[in-house]
Amino acid sequence: MADLLNVEGLETQFYTQDGIVHAVNGVSFKLKEGETLGVVGESGCGKSVTMMSMLRLIPSPPGKVVAGRAMYQGKDLLKISDEDIRNIRGSQISVIFQDPMTSFNPVLTIGRQVAEPLEIHHGMSQKEAYRRVAEMLTMVGIPNAKERLNDYPHQFSGGMRQRAMIAMALVCSPQILIADEPTTALDVTIQAQIVDLVKRLANELGMSMIWITHDLGIIAGLAHRVAVMYAGYIIETAAVKPLYAQPEHPYTIGLLNSLPRMDESGYRRLTSIEGIPPILYEKPNYCPFAPRCRFVRERCWQENPPLLEVGPEHYAACWVNPRTGGYRE
Amino acid sequence: MTIAEVNTKPITPKNQEVLLEVNHLVKYFPIMRGTIIQKQVGAVHAVDDISFKVMRGETLGLVGESGCGKSTTGRAVLQLHRPTSGEVLFEGKDLVKMKGEELRQMRRRMQMIFQDPYASLNPRMTVGDIIGEPLLIHGLATGKEVEERVKELLKLVGLNPSFANRFPHEFSGGQRQRIGVARALSLQPSLIVCDEPISALDVSIQAQVVNLLEDLQRDFNLTYLFIAHDLSMIRHISTRVAVMYLGVIVELADRNDLYANPLHPYTQALLSAIPLPDPVAEEKRKRIILAGEIPSPVNPPSGCRFRTRCPLAAPICAEVRPEFREVAPGHFVACHLV
Repeated sequence: MADLLNVEGLETQFYTQDGIVHAVNGVSFKLKEGETLGVVGESGCGKSVTMMSMLRLIPSPPGKVVAGRAMYQGKDLLKISDEDIRNIRGSQISVIFQDPMTSFNPVLTIGRQVAEPLEIHHGMSQKEAYRRVAEMLTMVGIPNAKERLNDYPHQFSGGMRQRAMIAMALVCSPQILIADEPTTALDVTIQAQIVDLVKRLANELGMSMIWITHDLGIIAGLAHRVAVMYAGYIIETAAVKPLYAQPEHPYTIGLLNSLPRMDESGYRRLTSIEGIPPILYEKPNYCPFAPRCRFVRERCWQENPPLLEVGPEHYAACWVNPRTGGYRE
Repeated sequence: MTIAEVNTKPITPKNQEVLLEVNHLVKYFPIMRGTIIQKQVGAVHAVDDISFKVMRGETLGLVGESGCGKSTTGRAVLQLHRPTSGEVLFEGKDLVKMKGEELRQMRRRMQMIFQDPYASLNPRMTVGDIIGEPLLIHGLATGKEVEERVKELLKLVGLNPSFANRFPHEFSGGQRQRIGVARALSLQPSLIVCDEPISALDVSIQAQVVNLLEDLQRDFNLTYLFIAHDLSMIRHISTRVAVMYLGVIVELADRNDLYANPLHPYTQALLSAIPLPDPVAEEKRKRIILAGEIPSPVNPPSGCRFRTRCPLAAPICAEVRPEFREVAPGHFVACHLV
């Protein structure tokens, strides 16, 4: 399968009163056609900032993309004109945001907002666009879609708003859908509905997806490939099964061990990761996870490890082999 | 990869002494209309006739989706919301009938840990003042004693005793939650209501706080009423689990029993909706996807509350409210079809 998107060496910084925050520190990844990439990490690890940088949605100031390329259809998304990026956003690359309440304009009707991309990108008339929107809302499971076009966002429940958000993201049949924690604000039974829906639609429409989350559970059933982020770096990436079966980075191992498993029998004390994630005011010349790592060795403090190939298509940024405790070969 | 030791012994309470008994607890919040002359036009049926017992030394998990009444239950138990009707027996004494000084004295025995570690600590008080305040209010210590006790408590929850002079904003979410735990412990209570104490924390920090709560429970024989929406975490920490839906308990059972053998259709759907952090297991799983959303608690469905979303609903479900009955030893369920 061909690479649809190729991001290389992306770096984003925020200029704050306390100094320069290094939010994304040289992130590279690829997205293949029809593939779902899961991006996992805790709050502040740079997972959302990476995607928003790529789409040039970082408010500047205070943010600035200082290095990197994001190649899509032979063009660098970071270099093309403002008009070109606007044409791509919404029609070819769409985003579903976390909070369905604040992502809609409260004074415009749902129909108006979901139809907007069609009118802008496809030059449809309002009547045509509304007909298409009604179809789309029905497809995402909103009952009586036609009558609800004139409803305002507050008249929709959280789950319904997230469905409308998905309809808005998909209405122009994009090639790539970026879902930024779309189910975090929802209850589990509603989350199951939404995940099921997006998975089915992506399959039917042949869409590629990037799913950003902190929930290792959702990713397990959804993604083909996973990238784990920490302190603005991708610290491990692999196909979904090897990543869960044989995680190679101590942080990934720590995350998996700190989760209680519903399907386990008996009781197991959770293994926590001591300490807290750092805020990077300068780029570290040591491994950013070293202060919290159980496997830390001398070299970890001397040099920040790059992504090393630790298995077929499996990369981890760690000098130490967590199974032996010694350095990797 | 080092997998943590598997301890197959479930955490069971040492004896079967009932610490807390809740009988037919009801809490309605009135809906008022009118500007000058206020008239009640309806009520939010937040908690509608629930009964359960909590044994000394155990953790009862209270789980459900947002708006199901689990937090209201926790607050009604502590009399932070006075119940509309029902009994809350703490060591056999009914808290609902108590007021004034008598109730205040009882409050020493029951404390609460809140969800939001940012909103539940006064930003203008030092950590020492926050943790020491309950001691002063109840007149249990003065001056130097308070200071000493605060230092002990900070050590107990894994914080440096010298932090007593700092302010809450200097701490991370996980550390703040530890401060909240220290405050709850300061009066040496028997019962602690934990209202979603970890849901605002990052994954790697959640385990730290849960382990702390488990250690403290063991060391001080604490009893927890643990409220959460995360079913995996509830399974981990609880001895028994009660599942709530729209103001009622639909199922209550021993932890292992509930997860291995859920009887209520809602519990079954809820459990199947939880994603597992295991791609191989996920491939084989069948989800029960519930249609629709939780109805409004202002005007809940007749009969069984869950019938509007239940895949098995029968005509009787709309007519008669199912009785909450014991179908196997210690396994209670409210469903006509079980």
